[in-house]
Amino acid sequence: MTISHSSIVEKAADATARATPASFARQVRGLSDRAIAWLFIAPAITLLLAINIFPLIWAVYLSFTNYRANRPNAPIQNVGLGNYERVLNDPDIWQAMQTTAHFVFWTILLQTVIGFALAYLIDRKFRGHAFWTTIILIPMMLSPAVVGNFWRFLYEPQIGLFAYAVSLVSGIPTSDVQMLGNVSLAPWAIVIVDTWMWTPYVMLICLAGLRSIPDYIYEAAEVDRASPWRQFWSITVPMALPFIMLAVLFRGIENFKMFDMVTLLTGGGPGSVTEVASITLKRAAFESWATGRASAFAIVLFVAVFGLANIYVRALNKVKQR
Amino acid sequence: MSANSAHSVVEPSLNSKRIAGAIVVLYALITLIPLVWIFLTSIKSPPDSISYPPKIVFTPSLEGYCNLFTTRTRQTPDYIASLPAPVGTCDEVTRKRNMVIAGPSNFVPRFVNSLVIAFGSTFLAVFLGTLAAYGFSRFRVPLADDLLFFILSTRMMPPIAVAIPIYLMYRELGLSDTALGMILLYTAVNVSLAVWLLKGFIDEIPREYEEAAMIDGYTRLQAFRKVVLPQATTGIAATAIFCLIFAWNEYAFAALLTSGEAQTAPPFIPTIIGEGGQDWPAVAAGTTIFLIPILVFTILLRKQLLRGITFGAVRK
Repeated sequence: MTISHSSIVEKAADATARATPASFARQVRGLSDRAIAWLFIAPAITLLLAINIFPLIWAVYLSFTNYRANRPNAPIQNVGLGNYERVLNDPDIWQAMQTTAHFVFWTILLQTVIGFALAYLIDRKFRGHAFWTTIILIPMMLSPAVVGNFWRFLYEPQIGLFAYAVSLVSGIPTSDVQMLGNVSLAPWAIVIVDTWMWTPYVMLICLAGLRSIPDYIYEAAEVDRASPWRQFWSITVPMALPFIMLAVLFRGIENFKMFDMVTLLTGGGPGSVTEVASITLKRAAFESWATGRASAFAIVLFVAVFGLANIYVRALNKVKQR
Repeated sequence: MSANSAHSVVEPSLNSKRIAGAIVVLYALITLIPLVWIFLTSIKSPPDSISYPPKIVFTPSLEGYCNLFTTRTRQTPDYIASLPAPVGTCDEVTRKRNMVIAGPSNFVPRFVNSLVIAFGSTFLAVFLGTLAAYGFSRFRVPLADDLLFFILSTRMMPPIAVAIPIYLMYRELGLSDTALGMILLYTAVNVSLAVWLLKGFIDEIPREYEEAAMIDGYTRLQAFRKVVLPQATTGIAATAIFCLIFAWNEYAFAALLTSGEAQTAPPFIPTIIGEGGQDWPAVAAGTTIFLIPILVFTILLRKQLLRGITFGAVRK
């Protein structure tokens, strides 16, 4: 059946449907298309409204009150912008935002560099590349919390494999490799696990980017006698850039929300050097039970992610159009 | 180079392939070390698991698995001598350490919770997602692009940001710490992914198939059921596995909204404690059992992986 033929049939059917009274049409063809469309889409939208949008609106409301979830019967007072003022003037929260920014920066930098390099190498299509690619992809499919918990064991200075391997290579005694207990090392301990888990993610997207570059562009460059270095910077990187940026966007959003892995590895410690925004938020909401203030912080976070993501997507679209 | 001259100019030389292969294999092996170590620890005895230097050669022991499935109490040798002979391997292993089995541990119920919640929410998400995706793919829905973006943007929210009102809402509705509550929550999170992925898959099925069926006298719903659904099976299966993996691995909501009855395995496994701290072989055993289904799915899914993790934004 050709397309033009089918559209003629469709038009004829539409004309018939319009000419037929609705009740009769229902008897003949079952429900009308419009009814089916809404019937099909409505349940998913309703669920999202009930479990995503309604809570978000509720959080906005709570952020203007002094409500405490552990005292549900206490009178609720409207405090205006008080919560927002406190959140934005709280040095601890700014500290947490800074910590989060550091994590996002370093994890994305490492994951992009290593992920792209791996993708570039896998794109050489050596023997067995499909098998090894699958092996590399395993960590990102696992539960960050469950695996993060086990990494705590690997990091143990006296008994863990990590400290042993480091001391074997560098000669530093294992008692000095206190990855989780040392204030300057603990953030890196998390960066290492996150990089281990999510480099494959960036690699996979970069690989798709590299495979999308048509061979004839390289052939043309070869005819023009462009050096491999020149080809890499003038063809490979710019052509793969939209994909790399997409990976950075997805990883950025995810790492901004980072919670499970940090909770299990350090719980925010030692002191509060690894206390990222979600952990501060969790403490305010479920330990201090300052529901109103926590909601204000949640809204600030959401607006920050949403705003940054939107600006970034605009940049991404510009790169795509080039 | 001469061996390669017959190939196209863009074909990498044999040497560069070898070097690339060696580096990638080395990276893959390093990546695997923590996973292999989890498995090895799960079959070590507790003293072996914490010996220094870390033991690579050891006598395998099922103690970790025994400790995972049971709770034990330490008893005096006299009391243990007075007990009847041990029944089964676990009993024997436990007695050797002057302990008796006090009863089953919480691992099995928590694992069952994970299964129920992951499969329940996956089924619902895929069901709702398939309907919505078909709706968006085949009908002219007003504001379709805005609705689709709205569906996607629900995924950007940090889980903790919505956890507070959901916690309050669930408390009002009596859904806190219930499997149903968790199923609904994970369904809501997964339905966005399901709609986006399935819309891509359904868009690829030619409309002509349904139109032909409708000309043959099928109604729209019959055409959907008998023509489109069978064609979309692969896509639906892939989507289901992605939803399953998310619900299986999720920790933040599970840790904040469940405490007992409906707790899933991810918040439970880190709390497995032996005498004086974490019982690492038991934790490793729990982790191993928990990771196995995902390993299988990863291998099954490798072709669709890219689509799933990028919401179908990138196709391979």
